[in-house]
Amino acid sequence: MSTLRLVLVTWWLQLKIRSRSAFDGLLGLLWPLFFATTIFLMYRASGAEGSALLSAAVGASVMGIWSATSTSASFTLQQERRQGTLELLVAAPTPFPLLIFPVTLSMATVGAYSMIATLLWGRFVFGIEIAVANPLAFVLSTLVTVVGIGMLGFLLAISTVRYRSAWAIGAALEIPVWLICGFLIPLQVLPVWVRPIAWLLAPTWGMSAIRAAAEGRGVLADLLACIALAIAYGFIGMLVSRHMLNSARRRATLALS
Amino acid sequence: MSSLRIFLIGGLTSYRALFTWLTPWILIPSFILGPIFQILFFAYVGRTAGVGSDSFFLIGNAVLYASIPCLFAMSNTIGGERQHGTLPLLLASPAHRIPLFLGRALPVIINGFGVSAVALVVGALLLQVPLPLASLAPLALVVAVATFSCTGLGLVTAALALRVRETAVLANVVFGILMIFAGVNVPLDALPSWMGSVAAWLPLTHGIAAAREVAAGASLVSIRTDLLVEAGLGALYIGIGLAMLAWFEREARRRATLETI
Repeated sequence: MSTLRLVLVTWWLQLKIRSRSAFDGLLGLLWPLFFATTIFLMYRASGAEGSALLSAAVGASVMGIWSATSTSASFTLQQERRQGTLELLVAAPTPFPLLIFPVTLSMATVGAYSMIATLLWGRFVFGIEIAVANPLAFVLSTLVTVVGIGMLGFLLAISTVRYRSAWAIGAALEIPVWLICGFLIPLQVLPVWVRPIAWLLAPTWGMSAIRAAAEGRGVLADLLACIALAIAYGFIGMLVSRHMLNSARRRATLALS
Repeated sequence: MSSLRIFLIGGLTSYRALFTWLTPWILIPSFILGPIFQILFFAYVGRTAGVGSDSFFLIGNAVLYASIPCLFAMSNTIGGERQHGTLPLLLASPAHRIPLFLGRALPVIINGFGVSAVALVVGALLLQVPLPLASLAPLALVVAVATFSCTGLGLVTAALALRVRETAVLANVVFGILMIFAGVNVPLDALPSWMGSVAAWLPLTHGIAAAREVAAGASLVSIRTDLLVEAGLGALYIGIGLAMLAWFEREARRRATLETI
């Protein structure tokens, strides 16, 4: 019960902090809109309409969830280091991963705002008909995708805890995930060797579930794959954090790395 | 002589000190991987949507990425000074402002040119876009002019950094505007007319158009209008940037708001 409370309170607190930050709040909304606008204009120039436009709108909207998470997640521990609170978090009796997960979940939640904003942008500025065949499955798939992306951000944050310039790695991972997770580009179009990498990424399955819900197809298999990967990221994150923090404590480099 | 020293040595020192992206941990992801992945992303989106060609997206995005150092490094010339507590010292110094700020732009132009060149070469290899040997020298000239022009816009963002604390957000927003308006991924004639009108006054628009023509085999003579307009816009933005810097500096002194915004 106390764990659930910790996750919820931290998530809510971090969400409030982020919504007041120009980088996470304002840019978190605007940045995906820049890309979505470009993509909508590209599709309009190609003369696409109907399901192709809807598919592009849904894909572009989910891009924002990952955008809000990738750079911010990799930067979050550096931010704690700058504020002098990283050592306190590490020294706290609560397991370190449990403190970081709600932080990255709050980032993905900001991304969900941007998803809604992108869909509204597509509807009212570009006139794209947002006809979701199964709204309940769509919302459920979105929630699972937010958690899946939050967990991927958690793994990213934990893995880069010792790197001062981790934000650049997170920023560099933003577009590759857009590229290979089927947000806009079908996996079949990409080289064969890319597909196994995509299958190991939760956003691939989350995106597939959201698209399936929008088109009225079944979502269960995709959702289960997304959840399984999110759990796997959690376990890997715990192991990595133990290794990284032990190493940092042993060398006394937590604040310096 | 003092102005020349401020321009060359001061500019280089400032670039090395303030633009904290020169570590390989930032430089490689931001200046090499970032543009290459964006080129691949839009080339594949273009293929999926059935619009444009690989060459179109390669050139548009490679030239666009020159703006990353142009915008971020120039913003850092003010934001970085403020962060390190040296902005009042800088502005209290008797150094002439024109060599002071233009000197900071010179390394940025070279940096931007390098980013575009690497993105063009690697992107062309990955997407197997042929760039004729004869087009490489004119292409380099066009990219250099586009980078100069974008650095002018960077000087404007540097001036705005005297009023805006979130310089990273500011630079990202300007980058996003350039990406949508400057004909990077959407042909100018496919944009709404008002967007086309705005694009004509933005740096990179004419440079990207000229780069595409040169890559398709056009001579320098045939693209001279675009090239001259691009260079002219660069000069215009530099003028506006210097004027804004002078104005905001005066205002900041008058209101004592240099470090309080």
